[in-house]
Order: sequence, then C-alpha cells, then structure tokens
Amino acid sequence: MTVSETTGSEQQTPRVPAGVGETLVTVRDLKKYFPVQRGLLSRVVGHVKAVDGVSFAISRGETLGLVGESGSGKTTIGRCILRLIEPTSGSVDFDGTEIVGLDSKSMRRMRQHMQIVFQDPYGSLNPRMTVGTIIAEPLVIHGGLTSADRADRVAQLLLKVGLDPSYSARFPHEFSGGQRQRIGVARALATNPKFLVLDEPVSALDVSVQAQVVNLLQDLQDELGLTYLFIAHGLAVVEHISARVAVMYLGKIMELSDRRSLYENPLHPYTKALLSAVPIPDPAAKNKKRRILLTGDIPTPLNPPAGCVFHTRCPIAQFPICGEVVPPLVEHQPGQFAACHFAGEPIPDGTGASTLDVKSVPLPQPTPAS
Amino acid sequence: MSVVIKIINLYFRFSGSPTDRSVCPTFSVGTNLSSRIRSVTEEPTPLNPPIPHRVQPRVREKEMPGEALLQVTDLTTTFFTNDGQVRAVDKVSFSVSKGESVALVGESGCGKSVTAMSIMRLLAPGGKITGGEVRFRGVDLVALSEKEMQKRRGNDIAMVFQEPMTSLNPVFKVGSQVAEAIRIHRKVGRKEAWKQAGDMLELVAIPDPIKRLDDYPHQLSGGMRQRVMIAMALSCDPDLLIADEPTTALDVTIQAQIMELLANLQNKLGLGLLLITHDLGVVAEFCERVIVMYTGRIVEEAGVNELFANPSHPYTRGLLRSLPNPEKEKLEEVADRLPTIKGMVPSIKNLPKGCKFNPRCPDVMEICLGNEPARMVVSDDHDARCYLWGDVADPERVEK
Repeated sequence: MTVSETTGSEQQTPRVPAGVGETLVTVRDLKKYFPVQRGLLSRVVGHVKAVDGVSFAISRGETLGLVGESGSGKTTIGRCILRLIEPTSGSVDFDGTEIVGLDSKSMRRMRQHMQIVFQDPYGSLNPRMTVGTIIAEPLVIHGGLTSADRADRVAQLLLKVGLDPSYSARFPHEFSGGQRQRIGVARALATNPKFLVLDEPVSALDVSVQAQVVNLLQDLQDELGLTYLFIAHGLAVVEHISARVAVMYLGKIMELSDRRSLYENPLHPYTKALLSAVPIPDPAAKNKKRRILLTGDIPTPLNPPAGCVFHTRCPIAQFPICGEVVPPLVEHQPGQFAACHFAGEPIPDGTGASTLDVKSVPLPQPTPAS
Repeated sequence: MSVVIKIINLYFRFSGSPTDRSVCPTFSVGTNLSSRIRSVTEEPTPLNPPIPHRVQPRVREKEMPGEALLQVTDLTTTFFTNDGQVRAVDKVSFSVSKGESVALVGESGCGKSVTAMSIMRLLAPGGKITGGEVRFRGVDLVALSEKEMQKRRGNDIAMVFQEPMTSLNPVFKVGSQVAEAIRIHRKVGRKEAWKQAGDMLELVAIPDPIKRLDDYPHQLSGGMRQRVMIAMALSCDPDLLIADEPTTALDVTIQAQIMELLANLQNKLGLGLLLITHDLGVVAEFCERVIVMYTGRIVEEAGVNELFANPSHPYTRGLLRSLPNPEKEKLEEVADRLPTIKGMVPSIKNLPKGCKFNPRCPDVMEICLGNEPARMVVSDDHDARCYLWGDVADPERVEK
C-alpha cells in the first residue's frame, strides 16, 4: 500500500494525508503551472502557480471535501486528477495505476472509472442534444452497447437520479437548475465509475434544491459505493457531505483534517478565518461568535508571497520565519494536518479590523443639490 | 386609488372567484374571513411545532404611511411577454424606516429583485408597475415623471447591484465613474467631483484611494469593485440604500468584509437598508427585520430573532431546515440527510390555485386549495400568509 510505504520513511518524504481504509486515489506533489505569455513572440514571462505541490489520498467510498476561495486552485486539482488539464509535475495514482504520463488511449479507458460533474448546470449540457443523447454519450464513447441497451441504461440512470425516464426525449432548456444538475450526475454515472469529481455541484442552486441534490449524491454514494472529491466554496455544504476536508489557499493545502476536528478545532489561522467568515443562519449565535476579518484580498498566484503564502493576510504571522520558510503540511493531531509554523496558536482579539474602521474617515461635505 | 380598485376588479374577473377577497388583505377583514369561520370543536391536527389555535383570526391591516422612509403598498409588477402576462410581484406591502436594515429573502424567481427594480423604476422593457404605491417620504414614486424620478435616484434612493464585474464600465477609470455619479446630482466642478470621489473611496475603506481613482475596473479585485459600487451609491448621500445580492459573487472572507463595511456605513450614516439576498446566514447576522418572498408574494415578515426562533410559514420552516448547519452537526457523529422541501418552485406563469405553496407544503389543508390566504398575524410584528394562523384552519388535513 502506498500510504504505509510513505509512513515508513516519514523523515524524508512527508506522509500523504490519507483516510481510513483502502486508498483509491493518491495525489503526490501535484503541480500545475500555467505559463503567462506576453508580447509578439509570446515569450513566457512567468507562471501562474495554480496548484503548487499538493499531496493527499482518498479512500474507497470516502468523500474528501476541497474548499477554498476563488483562485485557490481547487478546480484545477479536480481537472488534473482526470487529466482534463495536463499536470506540470507530480503523480496521480488511481487504483494502482499511475495516470500522469499514460498515453491517450489508455487514459480514455481509465476515464470510464473516473467522471466529473460540473458546476454550471446551464453551461455543461449541450442545448442542441436531447437529455437521452447527453446521458448516452459516454456509453457511445466507451462502446460495447447496442442502441437499445443504451436506451435502457439511460432510462435506468434517469430513474436513479430521480427523474422520469420519459424526459430523455426533452432538451436541457426544459429543465430547472436542480433537474439539470441531476442530468449531469446521470451522465457522470453512465459508465459505472468508481470515482467522481464533483466540481461545485450545488453552488449554482437555490437552498431548497441544493439540499435535494446533496441528498441524492449521498444516496448514490451509499448505493453504488462511490468515492467523491467534493469541491466547493460553501463550507457548510462541504462539512455536511465530507468525511475529511482539505482547505486550500493559493495552490497549497493549508489544512487537511477529518471534518469534526476541522470545524471544532481548526489549527491553521486561515481555516479559523474562513470558518468565522461564514454567516450562521441563527441570530442567537451572532453575539457568541468572534469574527476574524482577514485584511486585503487573496494575492495573485502569478507572484505568490515567499515563505508561507498566507503570511500577507495572517493575523499571527511572525517575521522573519513566515516570510521566508515554507511551512510543510505536517500531522499535528492524528489525522489533522496543517501547514503553519504556529499551528494551533490562538488569534489575538481585534485583528484585521483596521481596514474597516470607517469612523476615522471624514465624510465628504454634502453640497447643495442642483 | 381608482387604478388600484380597477386592477383588483380585473383580478377578480380573471381569477373567476368574485368572493375571493382574501387576496387583498386590506379590505374589510371582518366580513371576508368570518364567512369561512367554522366552529371547531376538536383540536386541529398537531403540527410541529404546535401552533396555537386562534378563535379570532387577525389579518394584518394596511399600515398608514407615517414614520416609514419607504412605504410600499400593494405593489404589483407585471411583465408583458409574448407568452402573455406574468405577474412577477403581486401585492407586495412593506416598509423600511430610517436607519433600519430590512432583508428581502427568497429563492431565484421569487420576485425580490423585481421588487427592488420596481422601487427604483428601473424595470426591464416589458415590465410595468400595474398597481400599488411606492411612497418615499410620503411621495408616490410610481406617479412621478421620469425626469423627477431621475432626481430621486442616487439622491434619495441608491442601489448596489449583484455583479461588480459587469456593473462598472470597463473603459472608464474608477475615479471618473464615481465622479460622474457625483456630477449628475451635484453642482460641482470636475476637480471638486474628482476630489469627492477620492473621499468616497476612502469612506469605503479602499487602501490608497487617491491612486485607485486612476485605476480601471479590471485592475481591481471583486471585493474592491464592490466597494467602488458602494462608494458610487453613497456619493450623493442617499437616505435609502437598496443592495441587491451585494456579496453573492464574492468569496466568504471578502463577503464578511463587505457586509461589515455596509453595516458600519449604515450605522454611521443612518441609512435605511433594503438588503436583497438568498443567504439566510447573511440575513441572520446583519438585518433587523426579514421579509420572505415566494412566487411574487410576501409569505412571512418578522423581526430577525423572531423569524429564526419561530418560523411560522411552512416555506420559511422548510428553508431554514434545509440549510446544513455546522454548529448543529457538531453534535452528531455522521452527517444525516438534509430535510428538503419537496418538489420545486412552480412556474410563475402557471401558479397553483389557492395558497401558492400548497403543492409543496407538508401541512396542507383542504382550505389551502381553495382561496389564497391573507397575511395573518402571528404575533406583534410577525405575520405569515398561511391558514395555520387563522381560525379557518380545517382540522381535516388533505391526504397527499
């Protein structure tokens, strides 16, 4: 097993954070740099480090949540695992097969076992194809079925995702957002995959519909023994569906932990800030809660800060160490990994509020209206 | 007023039930409901949580325009499309006082944005206010000419839109866009307007504001752009700010910054704030009063603590229950299934008869299928458009 191999030589290579049970997907030191070209000759002037040295493993039947703000590289990871984007370096091990460097023919065969559900239920379905054709397309590509068998399979899939089989003759525009996302799930399930990348599957949906789709995904996982990589920016949903959660910031994992430890006892200051920023739908909790406001925006991945990428916004950063040394992702508690020099240190009161103090600013003098 | 009556009459003619007066809660309450009151001897089916049975149903009376900064009364907005007329907002009444923050929540398509656009009179072509009043400081905005209305926008009521990426013009500097807003409403020179624009950027806590005036929108991050939008909205010192999903396109940490900023500014400037959102978390943390909309109607209105502690419309209850809540789930070992509202929001073109929520309602009763309920009083400052709160509750629940 890959995990036990790495644990043996813990001193040399950091342990890949894995869940319990048999591992299905192992990602090691994954990097994706997008070249930035400029000028007439398209010279490469720099790289956007979308994913920068990410390692984790997902067990069979487990859901790993991947959260982070926009631009943190979570979607890029999902696509790199399926090699919809070619990783710059690193390795992705899927069920014992190394995927990076696989030739396109074998890769295509591998994709039967790994599928993706996209965020935008409006943009990810071809408006000119009927629902039946959309769902049957993976079956056509991967072959082996007669058209009658395919029609049966489509009907079966539609039922499985809670839609009427007669819908297969309709077009995507006839469906609501939630129904379209169900169609996307049915398409992903067509080839009987073991592993699904769910790229913000409920972000575009209304709350009442969101709950329906989340329940559907959980039911399907129980029924078919699926393994999920659940990518989202909504922490509440991730917390609900995932066994373990990885928090990303600027292409790196800041913290990876089982969901309970992450929510009850976050170690990384970024996780703490992220959790405190989520508004809780309970006015009674408002006064109990302390909000850690981060100053500024996420820096550009074109030129990420040296040392710890979070040090520019970190309320507990200490210099020079945080500005110079990249903190490794190490296991602080059993199953709880954090990449921080001062993991678990309390955050002092009153941090981050300075940019929002509007009281000191003089108001523009009201001039008489015209 | 005659227009309103005409429209109500039209509505009755087309809805085919001339006795159905419950749709207009403002008309002689006593008579229109008492006809349906039956003597109920047995206890109604216990609901969860149990709802007190009331002998005298109370329907929310029309509030007289008084202290309120904004008083919306029976606002109805219709879109005239090729497929026929669609009533996107149907007899919506509410008010916003000075310095108060009111949330308008609901799912997409419930009419919350159309309500805001109707107040601003910025409806898309095809949309028309077909009834009701929007009184701002006692003046009916619906009756104003376009020229007079233009003076009100910005000076009295300002608006912040959802998409900071698309609401700024990409080919003009941020400074000139803010200065333009100032120059439209104030008699000031270019230089003075530019200087004031700098002050406004400082007000919304943009670091290095004088430098940022020379930036183009693409040089700013989403959070900064939204700050610029807020600066523009506040540049002419409005009394009421309508914020239409101001943080939906932003990340949570930036959302926290923007909401904190809005709350601070509102406090400091004594603004009335009408916040349109679908995020109940934002509502719980930043608003004082909540209005819940469904299919173009207000289904519940209450103070924020009251609404979250005691949601009284089955739709509001369903919404609150369907939210994953990390605080609650801490206690549980394994994530459970989320409670859902069955079915989906009906098309506004094809609404069910009676209560518009009845096909999805877990507590549906016989009466819900007949006439639409009025807004019933749950307690002081809390009402719900639901027969559970009227005495007309039919003890025999419909078997579904």
